[in-house]
Amino acid sequence: MFRRTAAALAALIALMAPSVAHEFKAGMIEIGHPWSRPTPPSAPVASGYMTLTNSGAEADRLVEISSPLSERAEIHRSAIESGVASMRPVEGLPLEPGTTVDFAAEKLHVMFIGPERQLKDGERFPATLVFEKAGAVEVEFVVQRRADEAAPEDHSGHGGSN
Amino acid sequence: MSGLRMFRIAAWAAVAVLAGLLIGFGGLLPGTGLPEPVETGTARVGGPFELSSHKGDTVDNAKLAGKPYLVFFGFTHCPDICPTTLYELTDLMADLGPASDRITPLFITVDPERDTQSVLAEYMTAFDGRIIALRGDKAATDAAVKAFAAHYRKVPTDDGGYTMDHTAGVILMDGEGRFAGTLDLHEPRETVLAKLRRLADA
Repeated sequence: MFRRTAAALAALIALMAPSVAHEFKAGMIEIGHPWSRPTPPSAPVASGYMTLTNSGAEADRLVEISSPLSERAEIHRSAIESGVASMRPVEGLPLEPGTTVDFAAEKLHVMFIGPERQLKDGERFPATLVFEKAGAVEVEFVVQRRADEAAPEDHSGHGGSN
Repeated sequence: MSGLRMFRIAAWAAVAVLAGLLIGFGGLLPGTGLPEPVETGTARVGGPFELSSHKGDTVDNAKLAGKPYLVFFGFTHCPDICPTTLYELTDLMADLGPASDRITPLFITVDPERDTQSVLAEYMTAFDGRIIALRGDKAATDAAVKAFAAHYRKVPTDDGGYTMDHTAGVILMDGEGRFAGTLDLHEPRETVLAKLRRLADA
């Protein structure tokens, strides 16, 4: 009940103040603008992207993602080699101290497997990220069509995140 | 030396040779046990293929002759590159204006096992209605992949499922059924639109 109220409140705040930075924190890890793409109907998978900044002095790892949206969630890395696209799971994403991992830039994505519904532009859904050291944190993914639709004051996205 | 002893030596020698061969081949052939990629062996684009659309129509190279078209390979269990390409093509078709009516984009699934006609029919409602999703059985899929000098490979995953590696680019075919280059959706939008206009007018 509390969770639902909290989620509703968060959604309300987000609606009232769209300029509020969409950021989360787990210990020394900052999670910047988690977002996902709208899915076609009956799509068996959905994607997720974000930035993870480790401002601590110790290395950490993103070891797990889960969401009520889907049965499972995994981290994958895509590659295009000699014109052939491939996608492989990443077991534990290393987060070195003082660095930022930008999912979109590094061809990483969260793959939500078996989403319970179609994702529409502008929707939000919750997810839990588990870091080896920083622990678990609840975040919210925003559904948007393009990578460069980040919150207006989010200057980190400037300079060609197409 | 008894006959039995000689037989034993010969048998062990045979085992040693066989083991050596197996080890040798195991080392020589990386990825032994994995399905081999579908290789076309040639960069020549063009060739016969016959697939069915998400609406159930038969689409083959003869039917497509006389009209420029785009081809790209993908599958619906692909969260990133495939839907992004379909959304990009949807936007491009809108931006092209009347010229878009002269181009047919084709999305050929490399995963017909999971991408049934009904899955594709629902999936495609999210995109420009002129984009046609195509599927066929293994042989028909292989033929289409070969016709466009493309590649695909089924890759098992740890959870017992699988993913597909596949050619990523968008292939351009002109009105004569000839290869007319590829489209890189990371190129500046104007470049991409100019290529498509040229194709439409060719």
